Amino acid sequence: MITISDLTLSFDSDRGRTVVLKDFHLEIADGEFVAIVGASGVGKSTLLRVVAGLVKPTSGIVTRDSPERPGRRPYAMVFQDARLLPWRRVVKNVEFGLEGLGLSREERRRRALEALALVGLTDKADRWPHQLSGGQRQRVAIARALAVDPDLLMMDEPFGALDAITRQALQDELVDLWQRTGKTILFVTHDIEEAVYLADRVVLLAGSPAGVRSADRIEASRPRQRDDEAARHTATEIRTRLHGYVQSGEGI
Amino acid sequence: MKTNKVKRLLLAITGVVLFLGLWEALPRFGIVTPMLLPPPSDIPETFLREVSSGAWHTAVLESLKHYVSGLVLGSFLGVALGVMTGMSRTLEDLTNWVVRLLRPIPGLAWVPFAIIWFGVTPAAANFIIIIGVFWINYFAALGAVQAVDRDLIELSNAFGHRSPLARLFKVVLPASIQPIMSGLRTGLGQAWMAVVAAELFGVAGLGQRMMQASSLLATDIVVVYMITMAILYGIVDTTFVLVRDRLLAWKA
Repeated sequence: MITISDLTLSFDSDRGRTVVLKDFHLEIADGEFVAIVGASGVGKSTLLRVVAGLVKPTSGIVTRDSPERPGRRPYAMVFQDARLLPWRRVVKNVEFGLEGLGLSREERRRRALEALALVGLTDKADRWPHQLSGGQRQRVAIARALAVDPDLLMMDEPFGALDAITRQALQDELVDLWQRTGKTILFVTHDIEEAVYLADRVVLLAGSPAGVRSADRIEASRPRQRDDEAARHTATEIRTRLHGYVQSGEGI
Repeated sequence: MKTNKVKRLLLAITGVVLFLGLWEALPRFGIVTPMLLPPPSDIPETFLREVSSGAWHTAVLESLKHYVSGLVLGSFLGVALGVMTGMSRTLEDLTNWVVRLLRPIPGLAWVPFAIIWFGVTPAAANFIIIIGVFWINYFAALGAVQAVDRDLIELSNAFGHRSPLARLFKVVLPASIQPIMSGLRTGLGQAWMAVVAAELFGVAGLGQRMMQASSLLATDIVVVYMITMAILYGIVDTTFVLVRDRLLAWKA
């Protein structure tokens, strides 16, 4: 279980204090797939960065009840751009998060290759990033995150920059990966259909400062159909709610 | 494609032949006296004389000693301080005005102090070379480090590489290696200039030998050393490019 408690984040600038998030609360069960949707600029990405420890919250705390285990990192992130290091070959990119964990070179290589196998890119291990397609690069980024065996896998609009066909393929692969690895996933997107198709629970983030406005459990059984009637209904409801917030000036 | 290549090669050779022909013709036909411009056909003989007397070896070795030690030290200091300043806002602010004051002073303007402090010694030559090379590398490294993509720093943080040293070696240095290399390469040329300038003031080496020859109006000897410098620089620069291309193999 991962608990995000009463998270508040504000910035001080010349024009005074801007409160981005206020009293954000969310509990994520082990193995759960949670999607956060909201208008762009509402603070979804910022929220992920606070949970990942990249941005210090003004107040609030993120806790997890899983014990510290050696050779792992508690959190891992997949960004919208694959963000591979161009001077490292694919397998060395996947090893990036494993360095500094006190693992032997062989152990790092073994785990990196394992993660690459999960995303089906074993044969690309020795390529340079610039030799891969956009979808392949994003798969490597997912492998890099999986390699550190995180308690929480965070994804910040990971498929937002891909073409429609690649995006659908990667969505299905992600669900498959999630089911095979049992990872807990926190997935940020502005695409409500994507959220409803992938997640167990869809959290709507809106308002300024932003907070949780609704959380819908998606009951559709897996494997899901993209044209599932109930899911489409839920998506419409969430969209209507979001439009309501946007129109009342609370969207962002 | 292939005929084009042959054509360009032929043109280049023609250019060289024309250049040598013109050079040879000027003194041969009495347009200028051979003392002012020795014909190229005299040069091989002069060269052999310099080699057999041992003067050539001594001068080249002395110059290379100044060159290599000054270049290595100046480049290292320049890159190291440039990288450190690029990574630390405090250091940048602290050095900002001092750098602006010292930077515009040409390396050769330090010759009086070099002679007062070190006398006409190899140390004086080193000092001049180090100053010339230092600034080039300092600014190349500073600019390169400051231009490193912030997203890569964020990536480094997200995967647990948060200490300045880890950040330096995992991301900052590899990401800025290319502009740093350009700085080093510019320094290779700058250092040659400084070597000759320092030796013209009497430190033993190519420059000093040239001054001796010119005071005796032995212009053929001067030409031998001018060509020697061009060839030495060519070798150094070509070697550097080979090494750099190996290091930047991932660029492709």
